Amino acid sequence: METQTIKNQEKAAKITERISGSEAIVRCLIAEDVKIIYGYPGGAIMPVYDELYKYQDKIHHVLTRHEQGATHSAQGFARISGKVGVAIATSGPGATNLVTGLADAQIDSTPMVCITGQVPSHLLGSDAFQETDIVGISTPVTKWNCQVTKAADIPAALAKAFYIARSGRPGPVLVDITKDAQFEEFDFCYEKCTKVRSYVPIPKTVTGTLEAAAKIINSARKPLIIWGQGIILSEAEVQFKALVEKAGIPAAWTILGASALPTSHPLNVGMLGMHGNYAPNKLTNECDVLIAIGMRFDDRVTGKLDEYARQAKVIHFEIDPAEIDKNVKTDVAVLGDAKATLEAILPLINTNSHKEWHQQFKDLYEIEYEKVIKGDLHPTKEGLTMGEVIKEINIQSKGDAAIVTDVGQHQMIACRYAEFNKTKSNITSGGLGTMGFGLPAAIGAKMATPDREVVSISGDGGYQMTIQELGTIFQQKAAVKIVVLNNDFLGMVRQWQQLFFEKRYASTEMVNPNFVAIAEGYYIKAKKVTKREELAGAVKEMMESKEAYFLEVCVEKEGNVFPMVPSGASVSDIRLA
Amino acid sequence: MNKEKQLFTISVYTENNIGLLNRISAIFQRRHINIESLNISPSEIEGVAKFTIVVNMTEEDVKKIIGQIEKQVEVIKAYYHNDEETIYQISGLFKIKSKLLFEEPQIQNIVKESNARIVTVNKDFFVLEKSGKKEEVVALYNQLSIFGIMQYTRSGRVAITKEEMKISELLETYNN
Repeated sequence: METQTIKNQEKAAKITERISGSEAIVRCLIAEDVKIIYGYPGGAIMPVYDELYKYQDKIHHVLTRHEQGATHSAQGFARISGKVGVAIATSGPGATNLVTGLADAQIDSTPMVCITGQVPSHLLGSDAFQETDIVGISTPVTKWNCQVTKAADIPAALAKAFYIARSGRPGPVLVDITKDAQFEEFDFCYEKCTKVRSYVPIPKTVTGTLEAAAKIINSARKPLIIWGQGIILSEAEVQFKALVEKAGIPAAWTILGASALPTSHPLNVGMLGMHGNYAPNKLTNECDVLIAIGMRFDDRVTGKLDEYARQAKVIHFEIDPAEIDKNVKTDVAVLGDAKATLEAILPLINTNSHKEWHQQFKDLYEIEYEKVIKGDLHPTKEGLTMGEVIKEINIQSKGDAAIVTDVGQHQMIACRYAEFNKTKSNITSGGLGTMGFGLPAAIGAKMATPDREVVSISGDGGYQMTIQELGTIFQQKAAVKIVVLNNDFLGMVRQWQQLFFEKRYASTEMVNPNFVAIAEGYYIKAKKVTKREELAGAVKEMMESKEAYFLEVCVEKEGNVFPMVPSGASVSDIRLA
Repeated sequence: MNKEKQLFTISVYTENNIGLLNRISAIFQRRHINIESLNISPSEIEGVAKFTIVVNMTEEDVKKIIGQIEKQVEVIKAYYHNDEETIYQISGLFKIKSKLLFEEPQIQNIVKESNARIVTVNKDFFVLEKSGKKEEVVALYNQLSIFGIMQYTRSGRVAITKEEMKISELLETYNN
């Protein structure tokens, strides 16, 4: 659909203008409709910053406190808006600090363009000051990258970068531009890229596969849909919901697929995988047809592959041909963009309800409720649970907030219990599991959608990995609501130590600072909650705040996240305690 | 599908791009797959490069590798073939002391029987070139090494497939 939109746009008239490479970079960004970029200046990128100064009425540059923060903010921006996020940095350490964000965006298919300054071309390879081979370093973690050493090559390189980042299965792209190319003057003209000869963003749907898939779905007695971020990336939520409802098939989500179908939808049977819900994990190994849509069978979802859905016929709707049969052998692969393929298959699908089968999910939910959920959301013991904090946020947000999480126990709890009415509301580091992702990603999300409530939920560990971005929140007046669920532990690692390493808590205990004082040091309103009776009021105060607000909730120190599919175990062996 | 490891020749048609070798070799490195041989050359189509990569792996795995290679933006198409489906050659160069030609008469016979070609001769050394299957080049090496080889090098495999590749047609569809 992206390519189609671009195709339909009229190409800019070929009128050239003599400008510098650095001005061209900014003009390219404007031509790509970029309004916010995240970055950090330095020697090799200074000509670009000089131009950003001149164009500040058109592009808002957000000075993050670290280049990693710039990438995560760009990712948060991209994930909530569906647009390409842009991060910019200088050469050497500036460039290497982008690598974690690039890797995160690569594995989570997030459209992002990173622009790095590079030492002048005559110094390339000479171990010059702040020279690093960022193209070499970033190759395995980018969808595409390139180095530009001539000003005249800048427009085409950036046009290609944006096109590749957003088209097909999106991903991060890096363009490294030498300082001499930034200074050099040339005749500028920008043409959007609509095609790269060797690149097929959306594969053709093989003739007959839709019919074959429909036939299997129509004859299924116990079908299960598992969906991923593909639905969100292709903006196929409407088509997806129509399919789920017409076919009457229970549907479960991967962590990145969360919010594509409202939490309250009767056919939404919950989260898959290691800390997912009991029913969809258990019943993956009982369904007769497994319909995977826009997901990639990550090991955190499948558990032990040899014992994963062996009884089921597998249908895989997928945009990336390399994902077909990569982990799970499929019976029918429906290649293409989910929006198009789901729309095309809908008329071929018989109306059904699968009532008895659906009842099995409800029965297993009851078991999970009694053994896990009740205790998480309505605890009777003294310590606060992470779950009850999420529940309070749900009450205050009514399910309309975007939840941005970091990585660890709080992430699993937030994804399990957060209620989502709208799509693109769950922003988290799924594939890479990047601690420190949450806070800067929330900044990007909030700035992309100022009208939306954006709640950043972190643990005390990950929060401190990018805590410096409080400075960005303060400077930008970004009204991010920051929740830290503090258990004075690296909780998820501690949980594994408890369960699999006989409670040897090696380097997981955290001696924490005064988080409230730190937030207040950045002039951010802050509160700490230690008792249950204070929680509801504090969450309400936070959510009602018109500006940024920091809330620390001291939760039970050794709480565990259940259910759990232990690493390497089958999804059938999911543990409730 | 054959679950046993065997030699496959992977042919990759690509745009000519500086970083692509790095990108493609990383796909193998990440999965601990040893590249037995690698050759990059122009292809039959102007401006299109061809990688010829030889690997020892199962067909199931080579299929996945093909998927990962084709996923790279500047890769036009990748194929895999077994030895029966390809015509392939390697080339070996041997540098040998000239005086051995006169001191060790067998060498002349070895050269003749192996169908090796003498590329150059001077008073100090001569250079032999042998093209063929890897086994033939290795056999010649084994025969000559008894007498002493000053330098020896072997090229990567170059291969032509029996099946048609249809890259030009493919590029035609991409251009439209």
